This record gives sequence, structure tokens and C-alpha cells, in this order.
Amino acid sequence: MNRRRSTLILLVLACALLLAVTLAGGLLADGAASADFTRKNLPPCFAFPFGTDWMGRDMLKRTLAGLSLSIRIGALTAALSGAVALALGAASAAFGGWVDALISWIIDLVMGIPHILLIILISIACGRGLWGVTAGVALSHWTSLARLVRGEVLQLCRTPYFRMAQRLGVSRKRLFCSHLLPHLLPQLLIGLMLQFPHAILHEASVTFLGFGLSSERPAIGNILEESMAYLAAGRWWLALLPGLSLVGVVMIFALAGERLRLLLAPASAQE
Amino acid sequence: MKHRLQFTAKKLVRMALLLLGVSLTAFLLMDASPLDPLQTNIGQAALGSMSPEQIARLEDYWGVNAPAAERYLGWLGDALRGDFGVSLLYRRPVPEVIGQRLSNSFWLLLTAWVLSGGLGLGLGLLAGAFRGRGPDKMIRGCCLVVSSTPAFWLALLLLMVFSVWLKVLPVGLSVPAGAAADSVTLAQRLRHALLPGLTLSVAGAAGIALHTREKVVDVLDSDYVLFARARGEGHILRRHVLRNVALPAITLQFASISEIIGGSVLVEKVFSYPGLGQAAVSAGLGGDMPLLMGITVATAFLVFGGNLAADLLYGIVDPRIRRGAAAG
Amino acid sequence: MTPILSVDKLSITFTRYSRGLSREEMPSVRELSLTVEPGQVAAVVGESGAGKSLLAHGILHLLPRNAAMSGNILYDGMPLTADRARVLRGREIALIPQGVTYLDPMMRVGEQIRRGRGDEASRARCRAVLSRYGLAAEVEGRYPFELSGGMARRVLIACAVMDNPRLIIADEPTPGLDARSAARILSHFRELAEQGAGVLFITHDLELACTVAHKIVVFRSGQTVEEAASSAFQTGEGLTHPYSRALWRALPKNDFL
Repeated sequence: MNRRRSTLILLVLACALLLAVTLAGGLLADGAASADFTRKNLPPCFAFPFGTDWMGRDMLKRTLAGLSLSIRIGALTAALSGAVALALGAASAAFGGWVDALISWIIDLVMGIPHILLIILISIACGRGLWGVTAGVALSHWTSLARLVRGEVLQLCRTPYFRMAQRLGVSRKRLFCSHLLPHLLPQLLIGLMLQFPHAILHEASVTFLGFGLSSERPAIGNILEESMAYLAAGRWWLALLPGLSLVGVVMIFALAGERLRLLLAPASAQE
Repeated sequence: MKHRLQFTAKKLVRMALLLLGVSLTAFLLMDASPLDPLQTNIGQAALGSMSPEQIARLEDYWGVNAPAAERYLGWLGDALRGDFGVSLLYRRPVPEVIGQRLSNSFWLLLTAWVLSGGLGLGLGLLAGAFRGRGPDKMIRGCCLVVSSTPAFWLALLLLMVFSVWLKVLPVGLSVPAGAAADSVTLAQRLRHALLPGLTLSVAGAAGIALHTREKVVDVLDSDYVLFARARGEGHILRRHVLRNVALPAITLQFASISEIIGGSVLVEKVFSYPGLGQAAVSAGLGGDMPLLMGITVATAFLVFGGNLAADLLYGIVDPRIRRGAAAG
Repeated sequence: MTPILSVDKLSITFTRYSRGLSREEMPSVRELSLTVEPGQVAAVVGESGAGKSLLAHGILHLLPRNAAMSGNILYDGMPLTADRARVLRGREIALIPQGVTYLDPMMRVGEQIRRGRGDEASRARCRAVLSRYGLAAEVEGRYPFELSGGMARRVLIACAVMDNPRLIIADEPTPGLDARSAARILSHFRELAEQGAGVLFITHDLELACTVAHKIVVFRSGQTVEEAASSAFQTGEGLTHPYSRALWRALPKNDFL
């Protein structure tokens, strides 16, 4: 089995698993909220593998619903920040001059505020909630990818074939679509894959702090925040199992992204 | 020397401009909030407990009807004179609140910063040196797990194990509950800071270790290491790798300031540690705009200060800058 | 006389991914054979990208991890195994690499030439070697980025001769140099050979090879196509392979006859 094949299998498996979790979570969203006080505070058992909370809600369903929400928000924010990174990075390289200076300055500025703090600020600006946290994560995670895109575009613009195309009078749009984009796509793809875990982690963190999804939504951040009150009472399953599931999902993404990066990066692609 | 001073001056001007940008960004973001500035930022309860003059002053301060530009310039003018406003939650001047909170967090942040940097560098070097073999795989695996773990959940986990299950460490706070400030011993403070510090260090070390490993591998694949091996040199790690990983390590170390501060916001909440991070959360939730502004600018100052320090250190460590500057 | 180095049917292959998911073996050097006698400069001439550097690295057992090597390499009449190569590298076999990237950018030149040894004998030897190649003693204190291209190449040669090697493998040591500097560097090789070392001179430049080498091996797509005394390339007689004849005809002095 060579590494390309195993990477492909890993990617397919990861996608299938994540799709299953997303779908299951979406379908279970109603069941996740239903309370039943006859079965409250159950530790993990056969009927409730993740136990139940103080309202008798099934923690497995709540966890799945939370993960599903996390994955969807992660995908949305990764796509948004990828778009921002592509636009600003390419603009920075293509226009140069003061545009480049301004964008570099904005990147430095965004990097100067710790992510969590910036997300909190943006979330407040959007009135918290789903859109607050989505905007927050998307607008704080594009910087390194934008720098990467800028570097790549600059490098491509210096290649002889690109200059030749320019001199031959190929239109800007054509240049961008048929020469730049195909080269940028793998880099962008890897960047997005690697951003996904960060996006999910930050969404959970900000929700945990109370600036993200509203507390009635079954988000992992909320589940863990609620669990804190029951830690001292020894209800370990409330914190352990949902958190472990989150780590699992994030790890699958991180692993797949890392493998993809190794595969597509010229330096290590042939090993 | 002249060159170096010019370089430093230029960096300082850039830093000042960035700080200005940060304060403006923070202001605009808070201003854009759809929530009514007085009601939600101060809270119904807080409003009720205030005297009419205070409310009038606040309305003046937030200038509910004044244009945003005017309000920002007002804040900026005050800030330049050292007046960052009064915290609404703590009813004390913002610099005083930040100073006190930072003094609580300072040793926690510093220890975590040093530990995560040292641990990360060491593990990264080890993994790189054993590239593709057992230790490398193990270290990379552990780092992947840790970097996929949200810091606050790691904190929860440690809390469950050491405080709830084993009962060897306190559940939270920076000092024993109810103890008078002057009766708290250093040992007690350390006991309370141990778990938060550990969480922050471990969480920070993973990223640094993974990046360091990449750099080590790059160096080991370089032409000059090949030549060193062709010349039968021993101690390649000590002679070439350490030397060439030093620069990226400086960058990583100083770039991690932002991560450590960000992590402390989460970890301090879990451990109810009364530091800067916790103040930021309270300020955000309680709508304490002057304090949140102050904290944002203060953390940005720390981060940019770190960048500046890294740039200056580069000038000392990298011969290309050091000697290049001397020649030109 | 036993040749100092004899390479017999050396093949170097890379494993790499072709399109899609299949892995394939990419031969870079195929059944290459050559010998280097003591006191002789043997030139290997081949076009760029023909795996010439790999030949140098392969002999030293310093190939990248995705490369595999087969064939026989004899050093001084005995097989040159990886273990033996490790012992001999830097002692009896020296590499002169292509350019300044082979010097550690963060280390002073003197320390690199001495390989970190600080004793008086090494220092004296280092100064002697530098002055032999026309480099002032102050070069010792410089960093690689402060060297010109020609100086860097001379420093690399100085590195190689620190320990009186018996076999010197020079990998494209002249590109980017003006004719005078190149001629001076080549004369150093000749000089080293006269002192009894075997020199394997790897280049893409046949004309240059003719001026310095005793023997020329023409190398194409990873294979030896011709092994001839350099005098054969002076007259063009005795060249059997069409490729080497074409090369000979392309020499400026033959004016595309």
C-alpha cells in the first residue's frame, strides 16, 4: 500500500464519517432537545452510551447535534475565510504598491489581536449568535492563507510563461482563471483543510465563553459549559464524552489535511 | 549602529500605527453592535444601581447621539493623555483594573510561555532528529492529539482528574477561597496556578513542536548538511541544526504570545482564575466597553512588543542582518 | 595500478508517483561504469539533469531517502559499502559541491573549513589552505553570504583539501565563473592530481573537461556512452558513439564541421 492510496482511503473514510455525523446530528436535532425527567443524570449505559443530563436529555443525541452544527459552521467559515484570503492575497500581489502595503498592514493588525479576543469583538459587533461566531471565525482566520496566496501569486507572476502570456495580450481575467487559479487551487485546498480544525475549535471555544451560539442550541461549547456545574458532583460523562467526540472530529480533519499537504507539497510529495 | 536605530525607530512607528488601527477596529466593532449601547452594554441591573448623574455621564461618554468619529477621537484623545476611561463593571479606572488583573496573570502567562517554548523546541528537535522513526511518530501523534484538543476541554479534563477524582489540587481561583490577601503563601499561589499553567504550556507546546520539527527536517535536507555529512562531520545536530533552527524558533516563540494570551482567556474561565482573560470575558458579556477596549489595546501591545523583540533578536542572531547592517 | 575508484554498472532509481495512485521506479543513472586512477583527472560529461549530482552523492552513500542504488563501487580495490563510506568521507574521499548553498549560512567560513576543530594545528592548516587558493586570512571570519561566487568555490575546494584526500569528487565546480577564475580552479584540480589524488570531475562542459581531464566519460540519459582519453576529443578520432561525435563536432574549435 503506498502513501497516496492510503491518503485517498483516509480522505474518503473521513468524509463519509463526517457526512454521517452531520446528517445524523441534523436529523436528531429534535430528539436532542427533548427532556425526560424520569431518566435524568444517568451515567453511560447501553441505552444511553453518553449518559443523560440533569434534564434527562440524551447526551449522545446532543453531542451528535452539536458536532453536526460544528462541522457545518466549520465548513462555512473555512469557505468564507478562504474566499477572503484568495481575494485579498491575490489583490495584494496583483496590484502591489499601496494596495499591497495596506493589505499587509491589515494582516499584521488582525494577527496582533489574539484570535479569541478578535472573535469575541466581531461576535459582539454582529450581536452574538450563529452569525456572530461565523463572522468572527471567518474574519480572523484568513491571514496566513492570504500571505501564502500573495507569495504564490508573486512567484507565478515572475515565471517566464506567465510573462509571455501577459505580453501576448491575454486578458487579466483569462490570466487569472487559466493560469493563476489552477496553481493556487491545491494550496488553497490544503489551507482550507488545515483551517477547518481551527475553525471548529474556535467556534466551540467562543461558544463555551458565551459569545457564540445561544445557550439553547446543542453546541459542543454549550454542552461543555453546562457540564462545568456538574463536575464537582462527579458527572464526568457530561464533559468527557462530548469533548472526546469533538477531539475525534477535529483530529480526523487535521490528519486528512496534513496528509493532503504532504502529498501535494513538492518537497515531500515523492516520499 | 545608525542603521539599527533607524530600523528600530521604523518598527516603533509601525507598531504605533498598528496599535491605532487595533483601537479603531475594536471601537468600530463595538460600535457596530446592534445592541443598544446603554441597555446591553451596561445592563439593566447596573443601570438601576446608578445615580442619574452617572447615567448622564455615561450617556455623554457613549454619546448615544454623537457620531462615531467624534466618540472615537474623544476616546483617543483621552487615551493619549493616559485616561482609558472607567471600567463599568469594576468601577475603577481601566488601567488600574488591567494592571491588577495582569499582575495575577503575569507569572502564569510567563511560565506557560517559557515552558511551552522550551518543551516545544525540545520535542521538535527530538522528532526531527529521529525523523520517520519511533520517537518522531510518537511525538507527532501526541502533538496532533493535543493540537486537536480545545484548551478549555483539556483544562476541564485536568480539573476532573486532579481536583475532582484525585483531589490533590484545588478546583480553581488563584488563592484559597475566603483567604485574606496577605495571608496567602507563595506555595498556595503556586498550587492554584499549577493546573492552568500546565494546560497552557501543553496546549502551546504542541504547535511549536510540530513547526520546529518541520524546520529541523528542512535543515537536515539542506545542501549544507549534505556537505557536512560528505565531510564526515559529527554532531550535525549541535553544529548545524541548532544554529539554523534558532531563527525560526525565535519567530515561533514570539508569535506564540498571542496564542498563550488567547488560551488564557479560556483556561482562566475554567479555573475561575481572576486574571486578564477572565476580565476580558466579563467585560465582553457585561458590555464593559472601556475595559474591553483597554484589554484589546493592552494585549495587542504585548503581541506587537513580542514581534518587535523578535525582530531585534533577529538582528543579533542572524549574521546576514547583523553584518549586512554593519556593511551598509 | 589499482584504480582509486572503480564504478561498475551503477544504477540509481527514484521511487516516485506517476499520474494517479501508482508508484513507479524512475531510473536516473543506468549501468554507469567508470574508473579513476590515482594522479588522474577523470571527467564525467553529461547534459544538465542527467543525474550527474546523483552520481557524486551515490558514491558517497548520501542519496535522498526515496532513491535506491545498485551496482558495484570499489574504492582502492575494496567494495565501498555504506559503513566504509561513512568512515572514509571527509578523510580520504572529499566532495567539492556546486555552490555556496553547501555552506552553512549561519557559520563562519573558518569554522566550517576546520569542521569546528579549534586546535592550533587545524588553524594553521586552515590558513595555509586558504592562502593556497589565494584567499586572505580574513576570509576565515566571514559568513558565506559575504563571499563572491568565485570565493565560495575556492572555499569549498579548501574544505576538500584540508585532509589530503586520495579521491576528490568535484560536482560542477565552475558554472557562473568567468573564464579566468574557471581556469584557475581547474588548474587546482590538475595540481591535486599531480600530488597523487584521483579527481572525478563532473561537468556539463566538454570543452572545459578537455582542458583539464586525462580521460573523459560521456554520460547521456543516465548511461555511459563513451569512455575515451581526452586526446581523442582533441582530434575527434577514436570516438565511436554518435552522441560523443556530435558533442565533439559541437566544440567551438571544430566549428561545426
